[in-house]
Amino acid sequence: MSSTDISLHKDVHLEHDDHHDDHHDQSFIEKYIFSQDHKTIAKQFLFAGIFWAIIGGTLSSLFRLQLGFPEATFTFLEPLLGKWVDGGKLNPEFYLALVTMHGTIMVFFVLTAGLSGTFSNFLIPLQIGARDMASGFMNMLSFWFFFLASVIMFYSIFLETGPAAGGWTVYPPLSALPQAISGSGAGMTMWLVSMAFFIVSQLLGGVNYITTVINMRTRGLSMTKLPLTIWAFFLTAVLGLLAFPVLFSAALLLIFDRSFGTSFFLSDIYVAGEALTHTGGSPVLFQHLFWFLGHPEVYIVILPTFGIVSEIIATNSRKPIFGYRAMIGSMLGISLLSFIVWAHHMFVSGMNPFLGSVFMFLTLIIAVPSAVKVFNWIATLWRGNINFTPAMLFSVAFVSLFISGGVTGIILGNSALDIQLHDTYFVVAHFHLVMGSAAFFGLFAGVYHWFPKFFGRMIDEKLGYVHFWITFAGVYLIFMPMHYIGIAGFPRRYYTWTGFDTFNKFMDMNTFITVAAIVAFAAQFIFLFNFFYSIFRGRRATENPWKSTTLEWTTPVNPGHGNWPGPLPVVYRWPYDYSKPGAPQDFIPQNVPYSQTQSSNLPHERDTE
Amino acid sequence: MITLAVALSILLLLVVLYLLFRIQVLASIFKGSYRRDIGTSNKVNAALLIAFFFVMGALFIWSFMDSKEEMTLPLASEHGIAIDSMFWLTMAVIGFVFVLTHILLFFYSYKYQHQEGKRAYYYPHNNKIEIIWTVIPAVVMALLVFSGWKTWAKITSPAPDNAVVVEVMGKQFNWLIRYPGADNKLGHVKHTLIDATNEFGIDLNDKNAQDDFPGETSSFHVPKGVPVLLKIRSRDVIHSVFLPHFRVKMDAVPGMPTSFWFIPTKTTSEMQTETGNPEFQYELACTEVCGRGHFAMKMTMVVDEPEEYQKWLATQQTKTFVTQLQAAPADSAAAVAVNSTSVAAGAVAAASN
Repeated sequence: MSSTDISLHKDVHLEHDDHHDDHHDQSFIEKYIFSQDHKTIAKQFLFAGIFWAIIGGTLSSLFRLQLGFPEATFTFLEPLLGKWVDGGKLNPEFYLALVTMHGTIMVFFVLTAGLSGTFSNFLIPLQIGARDMASGFMNMLSFWFFFLASVIMFYSIFLETGPAAGGWTVYPPLSALPQAISGSGAGMTMWLVSMAFFIVSQLLGGVNYITTVINMRTRGLSMTKLPLTIWAFFLTAVLGLLAFPVLFSAALLLIFDRSFGTSFFLSDIYVAGEALTHTGGSPVLFQHLFWFLGHPEVYIVILPTFGIVSEIIATNSRKPIFGYRAMIGSMLGISLLSFIVWAHHMFVSGMNPFLGSVFMFLTLIIAVPSAVKVFNWIATLWRGNINFTPAMLFSVAFVSLFISGGVTGIILGNSALDIQLHDTYFVVAHFHLVMGSAAFFGLFAGVYHWFPKFFGRMIDEKLGYVHFWITFAGVYLIFMPMHYIGIAGFPRRYYTWTGFDTFNKFMDMNTFITVAAIVAFAAQFIFLFNFFYSIFRGRRATENPWKSTTLEWTTPVNPGHGNWPGPLPVVYRWPYDYSKPGAPQDFIPQNVPYSQTQSSNLPHERDTE
Repeated sequence: MITLAVALSILLLLVVLYLLFRIQVLASIFKGSYRRDIGTSNKVNAALLIAFFFVMGALFIWSFMDSKEEMTLPLASEHGIAIDSMFWLTMAVIGFVFVLTHILLFFYSYKYQHQEGKRAYYYPHNNKIEIIWTVIPAVVMALLVFSGWKTWAKITSPAPDNAVVVEVMGKQFNWLIRYPGADNKLGHVKHTLIDATNEFGIDLNDKNAQDDFPGETSSFHVPKGVPVLLKIRSRDVIHSVFLPHFRVKMDAVPGMPTSFWFIPTKTTSEMQTETGNPEFQYELACTEVCGRGHFAMKMTMVVDEPEEYQKWLATQQTKTFVTQLQAAPADSAAAVAVNSTSVAAGAVAAASN
């Protein structure tokens, strides 16, 4: 549990650049590689997430090239892609592999592991006043299982038969039959094994987050005094703990179908000149199992950013978050509802239409708590005194993207409308805005905001602004036009649309989207430069650079093992006492007792003086 | 050589950018703006936000208007009318919410940017407002759910008895069509009976199968103005039948037959006149990823006037599976083989386009 080792490590070392000589002494390995310190583990997740985001982004640039320039020949890619480019033409199966790996990497490895792994690990102990996670060892295992999953997934990209290529949703029978697509051979096996390890990692992490939040809050920190970040991470962990085992079971059954001749998902199949013996299985069963995880998964991706953005908007508006309890309530509502809306991904899968009407009803309900959150964020800006740090800009943009992507969910959640739009670019535009871009913006906001706490230095603001503006404009220029293409019926996962007269239009639009996507991706290298440069050469941070109220800013600039050198801080108040009338400063940290703030106490707070 | 030159110029560009960045850092240290909490960049960013709102808003409106005609597909089915009108109604509702929230978001951001000596308004909650903005979306959602239910129930209701039955079977990577013949009943099929000649796996002993006949390889016919029931299945992986002009979509699932019925309202030639495109054809596409040729699973659906359809039917009804499969297995094997190679060749041609 909590450690009493409170020595401070002034110097910031990072595992990625410390390639000393050969004699890695034990303490180095313990400190930076097999570390049980939540801050180091958080950084490990962050670096791994950045690595995966670069890979995922590169893959998307490759398939966007194909979609934007279907007539062009890409001979310059031959040295990179080898036999997957034949005479300058991308192999259609490789195209599907790119799409599949882009989805898998972004959803699971970047926006789940990279986001929750980084911020839950980093902020939970720091914001609840704990020395570390409940189990540092499990926490370490969580990262290393993720690392193992990453290695396997990464390796699968280089297989001769290619990585998994049946879409990130890996619907059988396509994902079960190597005869149907070559990616369903060794690539799919590795996908499943990697995901199994990934799920183990998520469960180890999730149990830890939940236990830590419930048991290890410092004195005075009741659940109703928690920062919204912690509520968000807590609910995310609960969702993950309940949903990921179902994906595990789906993956396990798929492994059985693939390798041991069972027929859970396979029935009446004649493929590659041969009738298979599988009978009685149901491919729709897999979809139910997959989306039972898959839908909570999109909330696992977006919930942490709800918390991050709430925190950043309140801090930089210098105002309490509007409707703190409504924010918690809406997150609870969203978490609960996220488990009973999964079949809206399956309106045209052939399931009973009655189920469709039930799931339409439940799906549209989820718009209500989401709307409440948006209104509360906007109300927090109202009459604020806003400081536009890069983190704040990303947060404001997050709200914008969340609205733009969220409202189209009302269309797609309507089963009657989904008939036309299902599996078209309308869906692609919708989820890339609401859970892709918005979650990425939340992630960036978090990195910019907590960078001083991560590394003890400030990240350069000006470069942050440049990064923000190119990215914000880029994201809208990429995904807004995709709605038009979707309304026109363009199906997803098409190598090219030129074969159909119906879809033989919007050529310029697709070229435009590709150019915007590549520019926006290139802008991320500004961030990468800024990030790594500032780790080493950034301006030294002060203890509380954003004048924030939460506990992480009461630690030393570079918190050591155990986080606080002295006793743990005690909490007296909620985390959003910004610009309280009567207070000398425009913020009162959570660890300041009411007895010290008599000038600003509200009537009901007087008796706690 | 050129590669080297490109690499060098990129390197040079990066060095210039890096130097610019360093100069900017040094200048701000020199000016002391590094020490200030909130400098001019706050004003700049607030102004950029409002500029972003107007520029992107204008771009959005212009591009939407400009693409409106291209993005709206002509409509040719009865239930599609309800879907389309509900789509545009919902678009209007969400468009209103989108515009309203964005005006508030960007204008508040601009208006309440940091001002020296000013203090934010401490306003932690207001239950009345919370209730209002919970109830309003709830009511709007309820209305949308009710109208959605009505349309969905109508579309997914059982097909009328007089519906023209057509079977669409997906396989990698083309569609195969089967008509039930005079009895309007499709014969029994079994995947183990599938071979190069019997692509459907038809059980020739089944009496319902006696008058079943196949559609042509690249197109199939349905009559206008009567309910058409598509019986959909797949013999290998999941496919999805998508008839964009009819607002029809349903997955083709191996081992689990599905169906979708609709009433075509415009014949192909009527649509050719309407769109002014004499080449116009209704196309059927696959919308569930199914492998290499997913993007090339094209089929044409021809909508005829009922009389024309009957005439076409009369010419086809003699070409039943039974006669084709029993008469000359070798010949029909060759025919089927030719058909599937021509489709495969089509896919390859599309791929190399």
